[in-house]
Amino acid sequence: MSSIAIGLRENKAVRLWDSTNGKKAVMAVSGFILFLFVLGHMLGNLQVFEGPAQFNRYAQLLRTLPEGLWAVRIILLIMVVLHIVAAVQLALRKRTARPIGYAKRKPIGSTYASRTMYWSGPIIFAFIVYHLLDLTSGNLNPNFIEGDVYHNVIASFSNPFVSAWYIFAMVLLAFHLRHGLWSMFNSLGLTHPRYTPALRRAATFFAVVIFLGFISVPIGVLTGIVK
Amino acid sequence: MRLILRIWRQKNRNTKGKFARYEVNDVNPDMSMLECLDVLNEDLARRGKEPVAFEHDCREGICGSCGFMINGVAHGPLSGTTVCQLTMRHFKDGEELILEPWRARAFPLVKDLAVDRNAFDRIIAAGGYISISTGSAPDGNAIPVSKERADAAMDAAQCIGCGACVAACPNASASLFTGAKITHLGLLPQGQPERDLRAVRMVTQMNLEQFGQCTNIGECVAVCPKLIPIEVIGRMNHDYIAGSMREPEAGEA
Repeated sequence: MSSIAIGLRENKAVRLWDSTNGKKAVMAVSGFILFLFVLGHMLGNLQVFEGPAQFNRYAQLLRTLPEGLWAVRIILLIMVVLHIVAAVQLALRKRTARPIGYAKRKPIGSTYASRTMYWSGPIIFAFIVYHLLDLTSGNLNPNFIEGDVYHNVIASFSNPFVSAWYIFAMVLLAFHLRHGLWSMFNSLGLTHPRYTPALRRAATFFAVVIFLGFISVPIGVLTGIVK
Repeated sequence: MRLILRIWRQKNRNTKGKFARYEVNDVNPDMSMLECLDVLNEDLARRGKEPVAFEHDCREGICGSCGFMINGVAHGPLSGTTVCQLTMRHFKDGEELILEPWRARAFPLVKDLAVDRNAFDRIIAAGGYISISTGSAPDGNAIPVSKERADAAMDAAQCIGCGACVAACPNASASLFTGAKITHLGLLPQGQPERDLRAVRMVTQMNLEQFGQCTNIGECVAVCPKLIPIEVIGRMNHDYIAGSMREPEAGEA
């Protein structure tokens, strides 16, 4: 069989990236890796309830091997860049695919979470930038003490506005994951009608677990459980 | 019963379109949406006005010719039907209906509610077939196919190519259509030899036609008159990604 197919590019990777389906596959894989990070991050955060000694020890543990830390950071950064570049390019394509819109359009088959991915995504990104400046570099945290992670978390979340913004971002993250965690399987072609209901339930389950896990920290600080 | 129809009127691609308001007073509740338009058109013709252009053929929900948006939903409010099978009893007396053509760059407008869906034909021509020698019919059961596979292939093969999936998709994606075609051939033994190339060619053509991306939100499935499942899109993605990896690159074969 010769490759006479229309418009085929020379390189497989370039060809895949050029297609909308290839970009969605990249979004699925990068999204999944980011999900694994978020899950691990949430589980790590729960150690705040074990007191300052344990929490700071955990924070130090993550920094024992700077090469490893930076390897993970660089991988995550690449995933974020791929996820956003693909999303932006696809969003632009969405505009060209329907130049004239409808006078009236009623969504009947989609969830609120799935329709708002283009909103939840950028707001979550803005939150991550703030979050890094607040608790990783400390630029936005007036009481930041390098190395005393427990103190920094409490100093930050004691401000109800910071906690509210954090909880709001986690609501959006939960919505984003609720659709994304299922959608990634269809984008990669790993779905079957028999397993779709279970996949959707699992996506909702993980979205809720991650949401509750993350918001437990600011709520713990505000209620005085963590002090 | 009486209905108020606000219909998109546009003479051709080069003129500007606008909504026109019509009152249809003698609507029989047992009429289909298309018959309701017939009644309106007869009245318009009698008064020497230009009738509303819309596509139709079999009027029994199996040809895929008809279709337009009714109050923002492709093929109207009744699930699993085309507009020719949508009877007026599903609307309230005196209700106002907004009728719009499918909107997508890949479906250029012809006139009023009729759009050009040749892009679908070009996707089929790119790979939606199996290459076999024709001749006398093969023996029954000569090629065994499991019941489960045959059922799934037939479910996908129900696609009539009406274009409602594209119309309902916020990204004007043709993934449900292309996925249905790739699934119905790819599930059967006869479709295996060309499975990789078919997926790569059809998906490449779909993207060249300027259809949008799939975000798996499921609006297409909700309006599909044949209730094609969303997993056909997963199958298309699977065959496309696997086929892209396996098919020889240009110049390599």
